[in-house]
Amino acid sequence: MTTPIRHLLKTPLYDWHVAHGGRMVDFAGWAMPVQYASIIEEHNATRSAVGMTDISHMGRLRFEGPGAAVFLAELLTRRVADMALGQIRYSLVTNDQGGILDDVLVGYYHNEMGQPFYVLVVNASNRAMIVRWIHEHLSPERANRPREEIVFSDVSDLWAMFAIQGPRAKDLLQPFVDEDLESMKYYRGALVHIFHPAARRQGGIISRTGYTGEDGFELSLGAGIACGVWEALMEAGKSVGAVPTGLGARDTLRLEAGMPLYGHEISEQIDPFRAGLGSACYLTGYNFPGRDALLALEKQPQQLVRVGLEMLGRRVPRQGCGILKDGRSAGEVTSGSFSPTLKKPIAMGYVPPELAAPETKVEIDVRGTHEPARVVPLPFYSRKKTKK
Amino acid sequence: MNPQDLLYTKTHEWARVETSSAGEKIATVGITTFAYELLTDLVFVALPEVGRTAQAETPVGEIESVKAVSDFNSPVDGEVVEVNAEVPNNLDKLSQDPYGRWWFMKIKITDETCLKNLMDAAAYEKQCAEEHS
Repeated sequence: MTTPIRHLLKTPLYDWHVAHGGRMVDFAGWAMPVQYASIIEEHNATRSAVGMTDISHMGRLRFEGPGAAVFLAELLTRRVADMALGQIRYSLVTNDQGGILDDVLVGYYHNEMGQPFYVLVVNASNRAMIVRWIHEHLSPERANRPREEIVFSDVSDLWAMFAIQGPRAKDLLQPFVDEDLESMKYYRGALVHIFHPAARRQGGIISRTGYTGEDGFELSLGAGIACGVWEALMEAGKSVGAVPTGLGARDTLRLEAGMPLYGHEISEQIDPFRAGLGSACYLTGYNFPGRDALLALEKQPQQLVRVGLEMLGRRVPRQGCGILKDGRSAGEVTSGSFSPTLKKPIAMGYVPPELAAPETKVEIDVRGTHEPARVVPLPFYSRKKTKK
Repeated sequence: MNPQDLLYTKTHEWARVETSSAGEKIATVGITTFAYELLTDLVFVALPEVGRTAQAETPVGEIESVKAVSDFNSPVDGEVVEVNAEVPNNLDKLSQDPYGRWWFMKIKITDETCLKNLMDAAAYEKQCAEEHS
């Protein structure tokens, strides 16, 4: 049973998507455009110019107060207290067994008054569960201890968020903001003024982050000004070849970039080491949930590892397809699609370590037929880095 | 527009039924413009083998897009007598001439009663309009 679109949550851009041919689908309870015209064209525009995606469905959680840094350090697998102003880190939230509850970005900013705050960007599908998890770990005593107070707010519905990705993203965005984007480093962000009448003198947060493997930015701004600013960006984007991109292209872009997606490569049943995300775990600092379990897991040999797979034929493997070696079951595909850049089907999946070396030949069970594939290094695609 | 002289299925295949010089009923089969609009971004088409039996409303091949794979059905009961081998190598062109050059297969009809279940162009367009809303 699919939920009728009219019963789904809507971002501030919903009407814009519908008016511009967006094919609306149910994504984690949100009505989101999977594509406007062609996924391949939207994908290629992001690699060659700019793709603009509405990602307002992402959960945005804000933490303020003197206790925020330590609270987050005791919640996340990465360190938080040592972050520089404007720094962003990729982190995991793990359960007591070390299983992955979510993968998140944590950013550290100062507001207009110079007061510090943190923003946690969580997956739409996990937002309600993570908010519950946070409340469970916010002990009532903490709020009463001086210098440990925390103000936690779920601002997801108050803020819209756009991903503006591709080699021309900087050129498109620079005239809109008062931050020098050229000098902004990867995984850094800043509060900015938005120079456009549609922004009604409101600001936003811009960060050099993304989920496409391209250079690019993500912009958070008030829901009330979102549509006006989006339209202004679209208008300005015509000169650099910007196109709106749906979740279909977002998925093929992140797959080529070898980035994990919650519910595919990562889940509560998968620990960070298996997922190849050990570097997102800092185990000698704060005692976050799952830390002790991860200390034990770290020493154990891996039973499965995440690999990239390239098909020799043209049939496309999808999540759940079995991976076989010499006819025997060896693993499972977690994501698969046609790669618009490589022009062949690709996949990610888990296999035993002895099958993880690049060029290892395997077969993938695509709807009953065993199709030949080979293991390839991740990512499938990396952009040519420009000199800084 | 969908040609008036064709028959259509609920699952967006079309059939052009003609009588051969040998007096056999042959259905030329393809998929409709509406199907191409629904699918977009084709990456793979698997046509049936010549000689295989085809049953109306039953899958005879696969059509895969970036997003997902779908079956395509035979509109008629019969035997596949010819396939358009150029189709899998011209995926980006198929939607430009879906009722002409890019037919998928020809099926020799063994039982004409299956034709009663197919729609004319007007009925098919009504169904597409309902699906689209």
